[in-house]
Amino acid sequence: MDNFFDLNIPFAEIDRVDGKAKVTGKADYVAEHDLPNLTYGVLVGSTIANGTVTAIDTKSAERAPGVLAVITHLNAPKVPGYEEGENPAKGRTGGGGLKIFNDNRIRFNGQPIALVVADTFERATYAASLIKAQYNKEAPHTSLADAIKNDKPIEGDNYKEAVRGEKDAWKTAPVKVEGTYIMPIQVHNPMELHATIARWDGDDKVTVWEKTQGVVSTQQSIANAFKLEQKNVQVYAPYVGGGFGSALRTWPHAIAAVMAAKKLGRPVKLVLTRPQMFMLVGYRPEAIQHISIGATPDGKIVGMRHDAYAVTSNYENFNEGLVAQTKQLYACANLATKYNIYPMNLSTPTWMRGPGEATGSFPLECALDELSYALNLDPIELRKRNYAETDPENGKPYSSKFLREAYDLGAEKFGWKGRKPQPRSMEEDGWLVGYGMSSGMFGAFRGEGRVRLKFSGDGMLTIQSAVSDSGPGTATAMTRIASDAMGLPVNKVNFELGNSAFPPGPTQGGSSTTSTLGTTVSMACDSLKKKLVELLKTQESEIALADVQFAQGEMRLKNGKSISYTDALKAANLPSIELTESSGRNPEMQKYSAYSYSVHFVRVKVHPLTGVVRIDKVVSAGDAGRIISEKTAASQMKGGAVGGIGGALMEEGVIDHRYGRWVNNNFADYHVPVHADVPDVEVVFVNKPDPVLNPNGSKGMGEIALIGFAAAVANAVYHATGKRIRELPITPDKVLL
Amino acid sequence: MINFDYSKPATVGAAITALSKDTKAKFIAGGTNLVDLMKRGVTTPEKLIDITGLPLKGIEQSGTVVRIGALALNSEVAENDIVKKQLPLLSQALKAGASAQIRNMATVGGNMLQRTRCGYFYDTAMPCNKREPGTGCGALQGYNRMHAILGASDSCIAVHPSDMCVALAALDATVVVQGPGGTRKLPFLDFHRLPGNTPEKDNNLQRGELITGVEVPVNPSLAQHSLYTKIRDRASYAFALVSVAAALDMKGKTIRQARLAMGGVAHKPWRLTIAENFLQGKEATVANFQQAASLALKEAKGYGYNNFKLTLGPNTLVQTLKTLTGV
Ligand SMILES: Cc1cc2nc3c(=O)[nH]c(=O)nc-3n(C[C@H](O)[C@H](O)[C@H](O)COP(=O)(O)OP(=O)(O)OC[C@H]3O[C@@H](n4cnc5c(N)ncnc54)[C@H](O)[C@@H]3O)c2cc1C
Ligand code: SF4
Repeated sequence: MDNFFDLNIPFAEIDRVDGKAKVTGKADYVAEHDLPNLTYGVLVGSTIANGTVTAIDTKSAERAPGVLAVITHLNAPKVPGYEEGENPAKGRTGGGGLKIFNDNRIRFNGQPIALVVADTFERATYAASLIKAQYNKEAPHTSLADAIKNDKPIEGDNYKEAVRGEKDAWKTAPVKVEGTYIMPIQVHNPMELHATIARWDGDDKVTVWEKTQGVVSTQQSIANAFKLEQKNVQVYAPYVGGGFGSALRTWPHAIAAVMAAKKLGRPVKLVLTRPQMFMLVGYRPEAIQHISIGATPDGKIVGMRHDAYAVTSNYENFNEGLVAQTKQLYACANLATKYNIYPMNLSTPTWMRGPGEATGSFPLECALDELSYALNLDPIELRKRNYAETDPENGKPYSSKFLREAYDLGAEKFGWKGRKPQPRSMEEDGWLVGYGMSSGMFGAFRGEGRVRLKFSGDGMLTIQSAVSDSGPGTATAMTRIASDAMGLPVNKVNFELGNSAFPPGPTQGGSSTTSTLGTTVSMACDSLKKKLVELLKTQESEIALADVQFAQGEMRLKNGKSISYTDALKAANLPSIELTESSGRNPEMQKYSAYSYSVHFVRVKVHPLTGVVRIDKVVSAGDAGRIISEKTAASQMKGGAVGGIGGALMEEGVIDHRYGRWVNNNFADYHVPVHADVPDVEVVFVNKPDPVLNPNGSKGMGEIALIGFAAAVANAVYHATGKRIRELPITPDKVLL
Repeated sequence: MINFDYSKPATVGAAITALSKDTKAKFIAGGTNLVDLMKRGVTTPEKLIDITGLPLKGIEQSGTVVRIGALALNSEVAENDIVKKQLPLLSQALKAGASAQIRNMATVGGNMLQRTRCGYFYDTAMPCNKREPGTGCGALQGYNRMHAILGASDSCIAVHPSDMCVALAALDATVVVQGPGGTRKLPFLDFHRLPGNTPEKDNNLQRGELITGVEVPVNPSLAQHSLYTKIRDRASYAFALVSVAAALDMKGKTIRQARLAMGGVAHKPWRLTIAENFLQGKEATVANFQQAASLALKEAKGYGYNNFKLTLGPNTLVQTLKTLTGV
């Protein structure tokens, strides 16, 4: 495909277009949205993890002031879509999952057993506390370690051992490292609580305000569940206060809200509580992983083996790429991987930032670090000696790969050469000092997008797409692309999203939105240019598009003449130009493998007596193609580092396996980083365009910001202390004992 | 949360009368702990008596005692000039607690009466002797990483979560309470209780009594060498895994007197008397600190997840004394 721009010209920096609304409280999030006649729903969760509900007493709740309805499996209106079996073709984001209030079976602790709807949130909350259930309890299964010991993992094609070259090559290599790594459940916990408002507009039409990363997928999920025409489901998601993957699906609570609104004939707002955020909207599954690497004394990896074991629910198989990065990151002819999942009395996990790659990179990048010490080689040098010049799985060239440049840029910025190679050799003010690094990779994608564009006589360019922005700054990046393409000031471009009435946009996941929709926006601008030039043809003869420069709102012709876009419209007697544009995958890409890369550098201080770990310097270097919006891109990387610090040092979902029940599902006990935990994260980008993936030269970046980060911290802690900690989070107890 | 009545008396007498009249009533001060417990259904008062209108906010020094009203905010006490100068340990401990927002609501009395953060206590679907006597202790064989290593019983291994109280225990404070029968004073160390067979009782306050304030003796020598160390899972806004309040009266390299207390290890702030006695008259050396620390925790016992406190406790004490004396 042609590139529309000179890809080597960097984009100028702009501010977030929605920043002011967000920081001044004007942004209208779902939980804050108001409607006439609104009612409030509160979910009641089970207090057992496995068994059946034998009786449920709703009487006092029904009699409580303000209560309009109590829905349980005994009286829930049928959800017609539940009658069908699972349709795998629809994919995870298009529906499926727990069938809420469909039977009396309890599959996990906290599973909704009732929905109370009242005239105020407080009254609904109180009435919900009055609901008492009786259960037939069965033993809960929530411990992965026990499952690995006692149970068989789920079978299927996804879980077969994959072998490249010789399976056991690592065993006979002269230098070997091996280890078992544990990563606990981590929970997305975006600041904004998940919330749904549902309002029926007649029998076959419903309007839904939803916290979602996929406007269209929510529309499809609800249409599928209630057997509605997709166009009869109107979804609004104007602002999303973070998601990190938790809003990639339309969860059962949203179905419950739609169900209740139908039953009541009034709109229902349902906002999850923070404790429910741990149980009802997915999490990063706990994983236990064993990795072995064999190498030659000069640091060539000869063979690897990676076995990953993770949890899923007992009603859905949740798969992600735990071993994907092991297959990809290093040139290594011999490899065996096996991914295993176990059904548990847990709700279904879902992709959490960096998804499986973030989990898998922990053992891989720690093992590389361990190998570097075994070989007495600098960890960066070791990685360069095993640099994959082509895709090790299929030999394809990369559409672009600047990982080597990212290693160097990051190392330079960080001051890596100040590192003394021996562990426990650096000290400052009585603290042990350690340097650690790691790399991460994630597929660079481009999917299908559609936009509507309107250029009006007043000079405003409006572009619309049914995409949502869970935080990366989609509207900002699209504004940047359109303003650059059209030579229009940023304030003359208006990108509108979060509305299913707009042309379908992609679901915001897998770091692909900018690549996908950026392409569509670029193409739409190109079509607009063509139309503008057409207008000129009535006045000037024979103008080729290539001969026109689009700058500062005007077309500049070879003959020195120029005419503003608005004048061109006026001259043609047109109030506006409107068009729609769509774009899809790039067929060229079949010849290539495409990935974004990150390299994380971390300096830690570890207190030798108390085991306290403080991160006092972070540099993240990224190869994410050409950077479209410097500020939001840097913020993405910084946010990834903050999440990475949480995952490395403090985040841990704790379940008491005797009861299969959460112990710390609140923000006092489940720790995420506070400001004092986060140093000034420095970000550098290689900022070189990918010439194939999309016309803007961009690649994805949301995931790589996090992938590998935990390993960089663990590696730094090893360097500081000489102690290899293979279990996250790295809290003082683990450092001490 | 259940429906409740609300009143806001203007005098101490009226507040005490209101509480005594009604067994389902509770005082509310900053509400930062009580409201959470009400929301979770852990406590269900039918009447709240808001005491924030009472004239118990003052902080003043009279002679060798600093009196702090029970309704002085944690933030005010921490930043108060008298406290910063005479009781720096208290100021440090307060600032190590909670967040700026919470400290700005929380009161001295409320801080003393805040309840344990044990996860089983907070979850009404779990067993807990403290919340519901007789149901068992969920933490004993459960997730007890935050729990006690000293003075616990098989009925309850919870810890008192306060930072402020650790400093007050080290500083030999006195609690002033007023009830229907008049005023009485309790040494700070006698205020909180060990769980024994009655873990539902956190302290020795009688039904109907109001904390009106604390009195803390000033000691300029101790004030010169005071340090509060808090070890937690993140840099700020987390409860202590272990904390140490230490104040030393030094003459050159010799420790004339030591005041030491530990938090995060017991059902009450734990005064380290044996270690104090050991250090008295000794040189400030790492070896002495280590010996004091191992004496201090001789009786300590882990319950599984919290075994690390058996190492972290003494280490934190040693580290605090090292920092304080510069050895
Ligand atoms: C997220 C979070 C983190 C926290 N972190 C920390 C921490 O790190 N360190 C720490 O020390 N604390 C911490 N806290 C606890 C905080 O210090 C307490 O919640 C606060 O001190 C309670 O004071 P209050 O005035 O709000 O009490 P309230 O919640 O109003 O009352 C608590 C109890 O005290 C009783 N009461 C209050 N005043 C009196 C009185 N004068 N006489 C008799 N009874 C009275 C009430 O009836 C109630 O039972 C944290 C709290 C939260 C929510
Ligand atoms: S430790 Fe105490 S508070 Fe915690 S569960 Fe046991 S009895 Fe309850």
